[in-house]
Amino acid sequence: MTKEYAFYPGCSSQLRGSASNYLTSVNSMCETLDIKMTPIPDWNCCGASISYAGSGELARHVMNARNFALAETHLPGQDLVATCAACWLGARETREKLDASSQLMAETNEALKQAGLQYQAKAQVRHMVEVLIEDVGYEAIAKPVVKPLEGVKFAGYVGCQTNRPFGIAGESFENPMYLDKMVETVGGEALTQYEQKVSCCGGALAFSEPEKSQKQIKQIVESAYDHGADVIVTPCPLCQANVEIYQSEINRRHGTKLNMPVAYYSQLLAVAYGATPKQAGLDGHVIQPKKLQDIAVKVVPLKA
Amino acid sequence: MSAYGADFLKEVEARVEEGEWVKMCMQCGVCAGSCPFGDHWEHSPQKIFMMIRAGKREQVLSSESMWMCTSCYNCVVRCPRELPITQIMHGLATYAERLGLAPKMQPTRRFSLVFWNNCTRTGRVNELKLVMQVYFRNGLMSGLKEMWNMRRVALGLLLAKRINPFELFLPHKCKDRKGIQAMLTKAYQIEDRKRGFSR
Repeated sequence: MTKEYAFYPGCSSQLRGSASNYLTSVNSMCETLDIKMTPIPDWNCCGASISYAGSGELARHVMNARNFALAETHLPGQDLVATCAACWLGARETREKLDASSQLMAETNEALKQAGLQYQAKAQVRHMVEVLIEDVGYEAIAKPVVKPLEGVKFAGYVGCQTNRPFGIAGESFENPMYLDKMVETVGGEALTQYEQKVSCCGGALAFSEPEKSQKQIKQIVESAYDHGADVIVTPCPLCQANVEIYQSEINRRHGTKLNMPVAYYSQLLAVAYGATPKQAGLDGHVIQPKKLQDIAVKVVPLKA
Repeated sequence: MSAYGADFLKEVEARVEEGEWVKMCMQCGVCAGSCPFGDHWEHSPQKIFMMIRAGKREQVLSSESMWMCTSCYNCVVRCPRELPITQIMHGLATYAERLGLAPKMQPTRRFSLVFWNNCTRTGRVNELKLVMQVYFRNGLMSGLKEMWNMRRVALGLLLAKRINPFELFLPHKCKDRKGIQAMLTKAYQIEDRKRGFSR
């Protein structure tokens, strides 16, 4: 049966946004898994974690609550699902804060009224990874695989905001295993000893504190090399962008030769399900994920 | 009364988001040891909490330290007293900004303000504009220099179709921008009233 969700794609996933290939691969993956993602009409930015100095407390919650209210109105009964770590974290934080405080809830609705909206605390906030693990399940994720990612070694880089402070149910903050399990489910080799799994890439401070952030990114990439990785895989669009695109900068500053591709879990699934490089968003990389592209163009013999 | 005046602690509790948690800190230092940017903080969260209790108002609010938070939440999940340290750091930084005590040229302070203005203008982040606003924050020449330095990164993203030059003229935007502005104005009013600010 088709699973339906109110989709909160987030700003970076928009057409020609920095994570537009994430969205492409999610769409392809969801089609195979019979998941229907309907974008919330007129959704807005969550404010991310970085906008605190301008937003203050209530305005941030109001931005998230607007999306909830729109989802409740136009897509009643559907869970709100985010693909971006920051969108998910921001939305979920708002959801929990408003649940816990009737005053904050009343204030939020007072502000929302100005936009003709009302939040009723019905919509649940979830991450795409939760949908995959909890609603679909590893077994069903494995089922449509036509091209197992055999012989490709993946360093599973979970990063921060998909992991903390909320994380995925049943996983530890220090060593979450779901990304490794997902890699193995689609036939790849997971480098489970990769020790930079939950390190911070600098997040938004990659802009404002580039040198400090690039020090983090350097460690994240070098550790992947040390473990023999072919590809780093991540669930977070900002992790993906930071870790991929600044490698050339790190090389310029430090004389290193980093050239490690960074892909999304959704691209792994899409490729394993037989998507073309374009459908899997593999044309959206600064550092080419050669091994994934090779598998994606490979023709599999039809099953008898 | 204790040797320390509790005035600043009380002020933080009343006016800073999650400020009521500060007194719960037991000075174990796990936050300081867990921070990815820990080496770059003048005062770790642990120290800031103690400074608040010691009434060091100016030193705390004019500190660059809180602005070093990457929002990784490592300190939050490790804190044995379960203090929402990330949110307190953001709250203190925001409060310092409100009072005009935050260090003006602090790069993350400036980025934070630019980001919020950027995303609330149309309801969605304009990534290209955001990058330009960051690079040209110190004027035309330094902006051009930064762009030149970053040309490889920019070209890579352009070829990968992950930045769009037309975003400057035809940005992604929400339809109900008016409603968004109105609800935000209301939210600012309510918060100012609650915390005793004037904007």
